[in-house]
Amino acid sequence: MKIRVDPDKCQGHNRCYALAPDLFEVDDFGQSTAVGDGTVPSELHDAARLAVANCPEFAVEVVED
Amino acid sequence: MTNVRDWSSDYDIFDLDYVVDPYPIWDDLRSSCPIAHTERLGGSWLPTRYQDVTAIARDVEHFSSRNVGVVPPAEGDDVLLPVGVPPISADPPVHTWTRRLLLPWFSPRRVEEYERTTRALCQRLVGGFADAGHADAAADYAQQIPVRVIGVMLGVPDHLSDTFTGWVRDLLEFATDTPRRNKARAEMVNYFSGEMEARRNGSGDDLISVLLRSEVDGDPVPDGHILGTVALTLIAGVDTTWSAIGSALWHLATHDDDRRRLVAEPELLPTAIEELLRAYSPVTMARIVASDTEFEGCPMREGDRVLLNFPGANRDPAMFPDADRVVIDRQENRHVAFGAGIHRCAGSNLARMELRVALQEWLARIPEFRLAPGAQVTWAGGQVRGPRTVPVVF
Repeated sequence: MKIRVDPDKCQGHNRCYALAPDLFEVDDFGQSTAVGDGTVPSELHDAARLAVANCPEFAVEVVED
Repeated sequence: MTNVRDWSSDYDIFDLDYVVDPYPIWDDLRSSCPIAHTERLGGSWLPTRYQDVTAIARDVEHFSSRNVGVVPPAEGDDVLLPVGVPPISADPPVHTWTRRLLLPWFSPRRVEEYERTTRALCQRLVGGFADAGHADAAADYAQQIPVRVIGVMLGVPDHLSDTFTGWVRDLLEFATDTPRRNKARAEMVNYFSGEMEARRNGSGDDLISVLLRSEVDGDPVPDGHILGTVALTLIAGVDTTWSAIGSALWHLATHDDDRRRLVAEPELLPTAIEELLRAYSPVTMARIVASDTEFEGCPMREGDRVLLNFPGANRDPAMFPDADRVVIDRQENRHVAFGAGIHRCAGSNLARMELRVALQEWLARIPEFRLAPGAQVTWAGGQVRGPRTVPVVF
């Protein structure tokens, strides 16, 4: 599984970081990015889906399932 | 008894029935007239569907943030705060640079620095009544927390906490009482203007001192903007989070299953917090229509006020199955308690941390509690909705 954050949609809610802190990095202005190349280890698949399903801006997406 | 006969054409956001239980009214409106209108308080529109509230929040071209109060501004507001309270009251481009000055104060990394102070504060507060067997979860606990955390950020003394709380209540909860609101605004502006003078040329690491040293494109930040941003930090950082903490504790006092499950499965806290924020969203903001437009069939005129009904959007069953039920492990939850689009609440990370720590520390000492027999729970509404008294026993 691979995820990404669309930088044009992200408004810095940081819900992804709150729910799946191992998968996202947040800068000083709240902009979130996926850690590394976005590859999600299998034990964090549920956390990744939770992050996707909690973004109010629809900015977090699964790009490879 | 309500004094409103037709909620679609004459709603009153300060109506006591609405403040206590707005949910059936929103449900009725969503299916009959999803964007209601009123002539009260200068006139406004009230969308109730998630799709409409979020569309308006994101359309900053047609819906300006130049006044975000649910009650129209009073005469003289612009004298005391000449540029408003940016970034919340600004449109781009001023919004962009004033927001960038403020955001780093609320990044997850920065918020972590406030967690220890917040936890110690919560432990002290709970310790003050845990052995008594009763407390007011709103007045003795929720209300005492955010004002002190914001106080640390602003570098102001703890003994002024009640004064700050009073100003914020006068400005928001009692906004329809114009003399009361004006007096609080004048006192607040006078206080922060004095603090700015006292800290000018200083080396403090509080928000006021750092803003005084900050530059934008090589120029110092104008005083009016600093004053507005400091005032905003207080106004937006107190009543909002205290209402969220109070609502969460009210829910847990009245729902034994959820409370016991949360105590038994603390790993559910992250989703529980988002769910409580969804179900009891405190904040409604306003927008001003920038030019005549038709939105979902409603003829909106330049200057009209539109209320961003985030609490109602978060109860929309089209977006949230079983919307009126709190599901503490709800998986899909794109709630907009902190707004949507470019004005997303700048302090959301701080608010979330305060809510989490407040619940953790309460539940650690008082896992079993319920409303006191015959308790009179009271609610405040308007710009910010939340319980003001929640008497509980344990």
